[in-house]
Amino acid sequence: MSALDVNPAGHHGDEEELDHDTLHITVGGYVTGFVLSVVLTAIPFWLVMGKVFASSTVTTFVILGFAIAQIYVHMVFFLHMTSKAEGGWTWMSLIFTIVLVVIALSGSLWVMYHLKTNMTLPSPEEMRNMP
Amino acid sequence: MADSTATLGPGRAGEAQAVRFYDSGEHHPENGTLLGFWIYLMSDSLVFASLFAVYGVLGRNYATGPSGAEIFQLPLVAVNTSLLLLSSITYGFAVIAMARKRVGGTLAWLAVTGLLGIGFVGIELHEFANLIREGNGPQRSAFLSSFFTLVGTHGLHVSFGIVWLVTLMWQVAGRGLIAANRRRLMCLSMFWHFLDVIWIGVFTFVYLMGTLP
Repeated sequence: MSALDVNPAGHHGDEEELDHDTLHITVGGYVTGFVLSVVLTAIPFWLVMGKVFASSTVTTFVILGFAIAQIYVHMVFFLHMTSKAEGGWTWMSLIFTIVLVVIALSGSLWVMYHLKTNMTLPSPEEMRNMP
Repeated sequence: MADSTATLGPGRAGEAQAVRFYDSGEHHPENGTLLGFWIYLMSDSLVFASLFAVYGVLGRNYATGPSGAEIFQLPLVAVNTSLLLLSSITYGFAVIAMARKRVGGTLAWLAVTGLLGIGFVGIELHEFANLIREGNGPQRSAFLSSFFTLVGTHGLHVSFGIVWLVTLMWQVAGRGLIAANRRRLMCLSMFWHFLDVIWIGVFTFVYLMGTLP
């Protein structure tokens, strides 16, 4: 773990590189992340299994919020994401991926929802009573 | 990177003071393998994003078959979620043991992680087998096709993660915590935690939201 002292000039050999990456990893970090994850998992399960809210829409948005919070916790405490890692390149690729995922998900749901509501064939009953 | 200064030739030693080229070595990411693996994970999350989008579009098309509320067993999903979450922290402990250069500790925590992963895959296969036995296989409805594809792809990733984990345990046991093995352990660490992140999406979007009326 003394890699940084040995190489003041910043010339990392193969041996030192990974020590540098594992320097900030601590037991406390993992335990904090784990406890937060357990809380953020238990609450949505309780909300759905205990039927806490009468409205499905409210429950949906609340549990999606908990999911996003838990993904953030995992990114920080388990995947050790920072905007500085690998000279900022992991951060850039993460932001790029999030943009693509949001476009793919919201775009598909939006377009296909309208396709379904506007193009569903009327039932035989409705067809017979058409004006 | 060994020689970071250059002069223009022996005959112009006086000018050489002024003309110097510095290579600070900061152009390259410090660890190319981990960055490359991260980019693989990002492209893998695009695969999952498309499968989530398919499930989002088709997930309520039951074709007179069962709905999510009728077939999902949330207590079983909760057990599965806890297994995967526990395996994430045990892998974290393996990484810490690795940083402290303890071969035995690393192997022990990897073994615990692998057992939790096998438990997860086992429960998932049990769930799939029950569904198929009751006639609710992937061919039953669009909902079940997209459900089996999404959850099955995740389960397949976990299964391959277990194969990788066993291979690494064998390599660490044989050669110790050399630099190459530590690099591999860090890659698998990212892979394993990434699968847990995907599972957050699965249990929220598929199981919990699928159970809601």
